[in-house]
Amino acid sequence: MSSSHGVQADSNGIEVSGLVREFKGGVRAVDGIDFAVRPGEIYGFLGPNGAGKSTTVHMLTTLLPPTAGSATVAGFDVVKQGADVRDSIGAALQEAALDPNLTAREHMRLQGALHGMSKADRTKRGDELIERVGLADAANRKVGGYSGGMKRRLDLALALLHGPRVLFLDEPTTGLDIQSRSALWEEVAHLSRDEGMTVFLTTQYLEEADQLADHLGIIDHGKIVAAGTPDKLKAEVGRPTVEVVPTDHAERDRALDLLRKFGELVPGTPQGAAVRLEADGGEELANIIRAFDQAGVKVANLELHEASLNDVFLNKTGRSLEGAQAEAAEDGETGEQPALEGAPA
Amino acid sequence: MEAAAIPIGAARIREHPSIWTQAPELARRSIKRTIRQPAAVIPATVFPLILLAINSVGLKSATSLPGFPTDSYVTFALAFAFIQAGVFAVIGTGQNLAEDNQGGFFNRLQLTPIHPTALVAGQLAGTLTLGLFQAATYISIGLLAGAHIEAGLAGALVMIALAICICLAFGSIGLAVGMRVDAPEKVQSLFPLIFVFLFMSSMSLPRNLIQTDWFREVATYNPVSYMVEGLRSLLITGWDGEALALGFGCALGILAFGLYFASTGLKERMART
Repeated sequence: MSSSHGVQADSNGIEVSGLVREFKGGVRAVDGIDFAVRPGEIYGFLGPNGAGKSTTVHMLTTLLPPTAGSATVAGFDVVKQGADVRDSIGAALQEAALDPNLTAREHMRLQGALHGMSKADRTKRGDELIERVGLADAANRKVGGYSGGMKRRLDLALALLHGPRVLFLDEPTTGLDIQSRSALWEEVAHLSRDEGMTVFLTTQYLEEADQLADHLGIIDHGKIVAAGTPDKLKAEVGRPTVEVVPTDHAERDRALDLLRKFGELVPGTPQGAAVRLEADGGEELANIIRAFDQAGVKVANLELHEASLNDVFLNKTGRSLEGAQAEAAEDGETGEQPALEGAPA
Repeated sequence: MEAAAIPIGAARIREHPSIWTQAPELARRSIKRTIRQPAAVIPATVFPLILLAINSVGLKSATSLPGFPTDSYVTFALAFAFIQAGVFAVIGTGQNLAEDNQGGFFNRLQLTPIHPTALVAGQLAGTLTLGLFQAATYISIGLLAGAHIEAGLAGALVMIALAICICLAFGSIGLAVGMRVDAPEKVQSLFPLIFVFLFMSSMSLPRNLIQTDWFREVATYNPVSYMVEGLRSLLITGWDGEALALGFGCALGILAFGLYFASTGLKERMART
């Protein structure tokens, strides 16, 4: 059975159609969104604070009933087959929800028991996962003394304990240092690439979405404003530009002549010459360097400007993602949680 | 991070977990959580002892009132330490649950196939452990301070059983409140209210010696009086079936009431589909 999005219904994918969540006072945190996540891919859900990311995750993980619309996760309806959905998914929600008084090993034991795993199974798999996320040395220490990165890693390990088919990660790297962030990215990529797990990842970081996601949905004010692969979205906004600054500023006109054959000239810095490329940035860069070398024009600086996801956000919403974050902060939306006020949970 | 094989989809082939697997693990967590928070255990145990010491010295002359049932105020007042422990059970149980709500741990539990009964039973296990520890402490210290248990060793064991019932009863009230709030401070705000409720009982004086009519009336309708009197009967009178029945009856009644409201709160809280 195939859906309108081309994703098999009985699969490890996610399908969302016209999903709405309205809170008290008529606030629509999620306002009729549609998207599909293919089995085994990483779907990045990008947006500023308060955009509706966590509310969407809460609905897809069955923690919050939708006001309208429908969604299936791993082939199960999130409203009618909540228990089946929960059996099929793992989730690490926005806060690393851990008991500071328990150790990592005790968390594994509890989580395994709640999923009905045998004692031997939960010990074996728990130890494997603790090792895998690099917490073996701290496994018998109380979680209250863990760093933010360690808590996130344990949270991820707990989400994986029962072997879920679909993994939800709600802003998994918020507040982490670069090293912890990279380690988590590596692990998430491995889960999708090598183990075929479907990953639904919400983030407010452009770089994270760009690096990890196979497909992206950009959400703002509860609506999806753009969707597609990161490359396709960036390509829609505009081709990359290259700017060359000759060592001898008097040769700027020659630089403009040389660049003209690579695309349309665009304004650059006063000393430089810039062109919007017609072909792929990486390939053309080598050709440009070769052309300047053959013409004997010495180059002081050469820069390739690729369209970013922030440009995509700017193009679709009229403001930058950073600007949207600041706006959310001014509105008092420091996280997604306020959007859940008024929810029955 | 190194890779280890995790069978994807393993969750689908497992049978639905039994409550007998879940409840003991939740209970273990609750007990460990209680034991590992000395900042919560010590005041809950020591504060009633301090009040016992103060009252035993300051109100000692009350024993010379005509009709006062014993000449040892320590023996008379010891029962109230058990009830005060109940106040801490309300606050402790409620706060623990509110912390679970606030920190998202409750959502973690909701995402598993958890039985609501296992959750409630597990949460009360820590309360029960603390109640047992407090009861043993109060009896030991009370005896060292000169208190006497008229019903003997068996009576001491019944006192512990009744004290545990009282702690569970108050703990269930904490559970009912904790299900409905998302911040531990909100549970804390109950403290003065419950304390007033406890004091308006036969805690400081036997009901027949309370001179103010309205106070005696309130104390007569206050179930706390009967729980105190049940404990006190074992200390002072010996085996008094009626006092014990009323003490256990009130404790179990409050427990049933608390569990009912905790379960309706849980139903509202677990809004998962």
